Parts: sequence; C-alpha cells; structure tokens
Amino acid sequence: MRGRPTLVKEPLPLDSKLLVRMHELMVEARVLEERLIQMYRQGHGYFWIGGPGEEAFNVPLGLLMKKGQGLDFDYLHGHYRQSGTVLALGEDPIGALRQMKSTATDPYSGGRNFASHFSKREWNIVPISSPIEVQYAMAPGTALAQRRHGGEGITIVTGGDAGTAEGDFATCLVWSSRPGSELPILIVVTHNQWGISTAACTQQGCKIIADRGKAFGIQTRTIDGNDPIASYLELQKAMGYVRKERKPFLLEANVSRLYGHSSASGANFVTAEQDCIVEFEKKLEAHGVLTRAEMDQVRARWSEEIAAKARQVRDEPLPEASTIWKHIYAEDR
Amino acid sequence: MASMAQAIRLALHYAEDHLGVTDVLGEDVGLPLGGVFTATQGLKTAWNSPLDERGIIGCAIGLALAGQRPVAEIQFCDYIYNTIDLLKLAGNTCWASNGDWNVPMVVRTPVGSGIRGSIYHSHSFDATMTHIPGWKIVMPSTPLDAYGLLLSACQDRNPVMVLEPKALLRMKGEELIPGEPGDDRVLSKMIDAPLGDRMQWKPQWPDVQAYTVPIGQGKLVRPGTDLTVVSYGRTLPLSVKAAQALESEGISAEVIDLRSLWPYDWEMIRESVKKTGRALYVNEDTEVTNFGEHLVRRTVEELFYELLAPPRLLAGKFLPGIGLADPLEMASVPQLPDVTEAMRALAREQP
Ligand SMILES: Cc1ncc(C[n+]2csc(CCOP(=O)(O)OP(=O)(O)O)c2C)c(N)n1
Repeated sequence: MRGRPTLVKEPLPLDSKLLVRMHELMVEARVLEERLIQMYRQGHGYFWIGGPGEEAFNVPLGLLMKKGQGLDFDYLHGHYRQSGTVLALGEDPIGALRQMKSTATDPYSGGRNFASHFSKREWNIVPISSPIEVQYAMAPGTALAQRRHGGEGITIVTGGDAGTAEGDFATCLVWSSRPGSELPILIVVTHNQWGISTAACTQQGCKIIADRGKAFGIQTRTIDGNDPIASYLELQKAMGYVRKERKPFLLEANVSRLYGHSSASGANFVTAEQDCIVEFEKKLEAHGVLTRAEMDQVRARWSEEIAAKARQVRDEPLPEASTIWKHIYAEDR
Repeated sequence: MASMAQAIRLALHYAEDHLGVTDVLGEDVGLPLGGVFTATQGLKTAWNSPLDERGIIGCAIGLALAGQRPVAEIQFCDYIYNTIDLLKLAGNTCWASNGDWNVPMVVRTPVGSGIRGSIYHSHSFDATMTHIPGWKIVMPSTPLDAYGLLLSACQDRNPVMVLEPKALLRMKGEELIPGEPGDDRVLSKMIDAPLGDRMQWKPQWPDVQAYTVPIGQGKLVRPGTDLTVVSYGRTLPLSVKAAQALESEGISAEVIDLRSLWPYDWEMIRESVKKTGRALYVNEDTEVTNFGEHLVRRTVEELFYELLAPPRLLAGKFLPGIGLADPLEMASVPQLPDVTEAMRALAREQP
C-alpha cells in the first residue's frame, strides 16, 4: 500500500537521536492514554481525562525541564493533560495506570485522585488538582522563591485556553511582571480550541491568548504545538530566556484534543483534528530518520509493555478504608 | 503592655529572625503603612502585594511548596471569601498527594465586628473556616496568646489560619510578652512607626523571647461550678465580664477560651461540662451551621447524661450583613447584656 517515501534532502533542525527519543516518548504517552481509556471502558477506573493530542508539545517540555527537587530545579504546575511531560521526565507509566485503577500503590495520591493528577515532590511536580486555573495563582509563589534563590531553576505553569477566562490567569500575569520583581516563570497555554463543549471562539474576544502578556511587558509567542520540532525549538528559546533573564514568558501552543474532553464526553477518537504523531511520523519517514516498520515496532513494543503493566495493576489491592485518616496533616519531623 | 496588634508584630519579628519566616505579604503590609491595623510595621520581610486576594493565597501556597515560610495577610476576612477554593487546595494538598507535599503557610486575617465596620468589615470567618479540613485554625483573645499562637503557627508544617478579632487588636494585654519592656510608651517609641514619612524609619526591636501556645490547647480563664462558657475572640472578654457580674447573683461560671478552633481542646470542655452540667457556646459568626453548633452536637452526643440543661449557642443573627447604625450592630451580634442574659438563663434553667 505505502509507496517508498522519497527522502527529503534538507536535514531536520534537531539531531536524529533526539527525534527518535521524542517519537518514542510521544508514542509511549499515546499508548498509555489509549490504555487508560480502555481501562475506563472495561470498568478498571471511574473516570478518564488526559493528554492525547498534546504529546508534540508536552514531550519536549519534559525533555527540556531541569529535573530535580528544590529551587535549583524546575517546578511544574501542570494540569490534567500532562502525561507526555511526566513520561519525558522519566516516569514509569505504571504510576498512571495505578492512579487510573485507584490502587493503594497509586504513587501520586494513594487512590484518592482522578487519572492524570500527577504529583512528585522529588521532581518538583506540584500536585495537579481539578479546579481549573488555580495552578496559575500558585506558580508565582515557587517562581518568587526561585527569583530570590538565583541560579537556573524556573517555574512552569500549564493549562488550557478556556481556563484563561478565570481571574487566576490574570493573577499570574500581574504577579509575574511586578516592576522590579519580575519572575522566572514560563506561562504556558495549550490551546485546543475547547472548554468541555464550548468553543473558544464563542467566549473570548481575544483572538490570540498570548497577546494578553503584551500589556504587562511579558515576552510572548504563539506556536504550532502539534509540531514537536517547532515545540522543542520554541520551548528551548523561551525556557532559555526565562532561565537566563529571570523574567516571565507567555507561550501559547496550538494543540489538538484527540479523544474529546474526558470519559464524560465519551473519549472517542476525533478524526477532524490533526494528529501530531501521524504528522511527525510522516516527517521522520520522509527524512529517513525512522522507517515505517521501525515506528510500528515502537508502537507494538509500548502496547505490549503497557498492557503487561496494566495486567499487573489489575491485581493490586485498593487502599484500606482506614487510610482516609492518613496525611490530613504533615507530621512534625 | 503590648496591644494585640503590637504582639502580632513582635511575634512576626521573632519569627523572621528565629523561625525562618521569609515573607510577610499582603495588601499594604509593607512600607509605608505596615498594615491597616499596624500589625506588620517595621518587619524586614514585609512586602506589598497586588490588590488580589487570590494572588496572595496562591503565592503563599507556591512559596510554601518551594520551602519558604510565608505569612500572608488578607486585609479583612470579608475579602477572603473569593479565595475559598485556594484555601481548600492548601488544606488538601498534603492529603491529595498522600503525604508527599506539605504546605507550611500562615494566613492572618482580622475578623468580626466591633469597629463599626458595616457590611464589609464586620464579617466573621470561623464558621466558614472550620468547614475546611487540613488547616489548623486559631483565634486569640489576648496579646500574649496572639504572640504564642503565631509562634506556633510559624513553626507548623501545615497551613494555619490565624483569625484576629478586630475589636481586640488595639486592646492592651494584662501579661507581658517575654522580653517586652514594661512601659507602654517605651514600647511604642521602639516599634510603632512615626506619623509622616516612614521610609527611613527603622524599629528598635525589644529582645522578645520564644513563647509558644500549643495549637489545640484551650485556656481555663475563670474557674466556676454552675455552668461552662466556651468562647473565643471578641466574645471571650465579654463572657469573662458577664461571669464576674453574675457572681453577685450567686452564679459561678467557668469560662474557657478555646483559642484553637481546630484542633480544639475537647478534653478541657468535657471535663468542665462534666463538672457543671451546663454548657454555653458563644461566638459572633452567623448562627446557622455555626462552629458552636458542632460543639453543641458533640456535647449532646457525648455528655448527654452529664447534662442538667440543654447546651446552648449564643451567636450572631443569621443576617446578610451587620448594619452600620449602632442599634443594628448591637442587635446583630452578641453584646455584653446578651451574654450575661444567656448565662443567667442557662444557670437558672430547670427541667
Ligand atoms: C474552576 C473549575 N470550573 C469548572 C471545571 C469543570 N471543567 C473541567 S475541565 C473544563 C474545561 C477546561 O477547558 P480548558 O481550560 O480549555 O482546558 P482543556 O481541558 O481544554 O485542556 C471545565 C469547565 C473545573 N474543573 N474547575
């Protein structure tokens, strides 16, 4: 069926090892999300929400983060579409499966929270919570601590387009750009054109969300978040600026939403939107970075591996009822 | 003796120097004002934030997550209501992350009536705040307790809400804060910002010492045998006054200053009510789903067979606001005659 692709001569602007790595992680993230959806369908989880369609942006974000604990490393105030970032940081996908199944072993919340609500203090991943946009109100706090601390660590905050209507988005712009107290913060909006069911264009007169940063003197950029190469390069620039200049940057990435909002809206594959992995694979093939067969293999390998992990999780126990009383307070050390 | 506002200032100064407080943030808390109630004058880590309560609480959470020790001020608790989901977030972060993260932040906010604050400077917040798990909640009624509770708050690994009764902020204490100079005028010269240009002014801090009131411990303010009155904040000194007045009528009232609303000193309440058989809870928040109702419920459920009369709650009227005109405010929240009458009635109540 597929003809042998004609190789494109001019090289891609990223090293092929990196391209292969990004592809690998994007596929891993997609396969993970598809497995989570399947678990939901089979009754192995109450609710699914996640990030299929945002891999081309989220994977480079994770690859470019300075991973570690404390002020010298990057803080991530993410939202519930962040799996690509977390996997790119090196997280084992079994954690997401465990959270989906609400097992006692769920490393992010011990069976308390929805799928894709990651948290990992060891890597400065601030707990993802369900209320839209609150992370934009908190992020200036970690960024302020980092401003004071100096060094290279920055704060990254992400969220969707509809949520920017909340006051917390304005809070973030104001607090990040106080004259003389500018913060080292990368403010990200992944723009998928949707709230749950409400089209962005029906609610906000502002055509380009990134423009809102301009009024505050914040550097801004709107990019094609479906292109992992562009995302990588733009993120590299933006993060480099924030790291070095210790000033805010507002980055708007246009992305797709490939399985709808969540399981509440069916979690069915959407054909009308661009699939970043399909596009990327065309490019990789055309440039001779990977063959179709190799890419198929990558997917098959992840499908198998994540299916095996899902089987493992299936038999893990739920948390004991008595654990509800644990960790209401942090104990004194 | 220091006023409560001065005591708070001294506590924050101590906490900056000895307990690692990194930020005292809020609207007008830094120069030139030092807080609308002067509680943050002269503090080296105080800084003025944007006029954005959600931003203040959000930033404090972020600072706490990043290992700092913020003390955030919300200028009046009337304006804290738009931050409630962030307060919930601060309260649930440890639990939601199964103990991975903790949020060591303090929020201070003036509460209650008593300064003729009308509809938006007279609210209470104890009823709403005690609906938010994961926080510790304190409410001092004396300067020394304010000092001691703040020092505890600034060492806690969890979020602590300090409710500061507005009506008592300018009241002087009867006990010295350790290290406080005995003469009020001397203290004022040292730590009160001068009128006029303050930009160059620096306080001369007295060498105040560590003194903590453990969170969760009530204080038996006045022993008695006929009934137990449990209160906190503005209505606490009223309860004490009423108890003194009722002595001449042969009524002996035991008064407990709860001081911590969560966790709270049930043991102290229980021991007292077992002894007196009568319990009156007094506070000034609106009476429907009031924190005192919880205390009444617990008293009924756990002490029913010890009781000589039904436990009572005296609280603010369930009104949309507190009106400015004197008769309106007086009629809306408990005043001394109301407290006295409630105590008298309960002491005399017979089956
Ligand atoms: C404060 C708040 N309001 C409403 C919701 C319910 N809700 C969950 S996701 C969502 C839409 C969010 O859209 P957007 O910000 O564009 O992010 P996306 O899901 O598209 O990535 C809504 C309304 C919520 N979680 N939090």
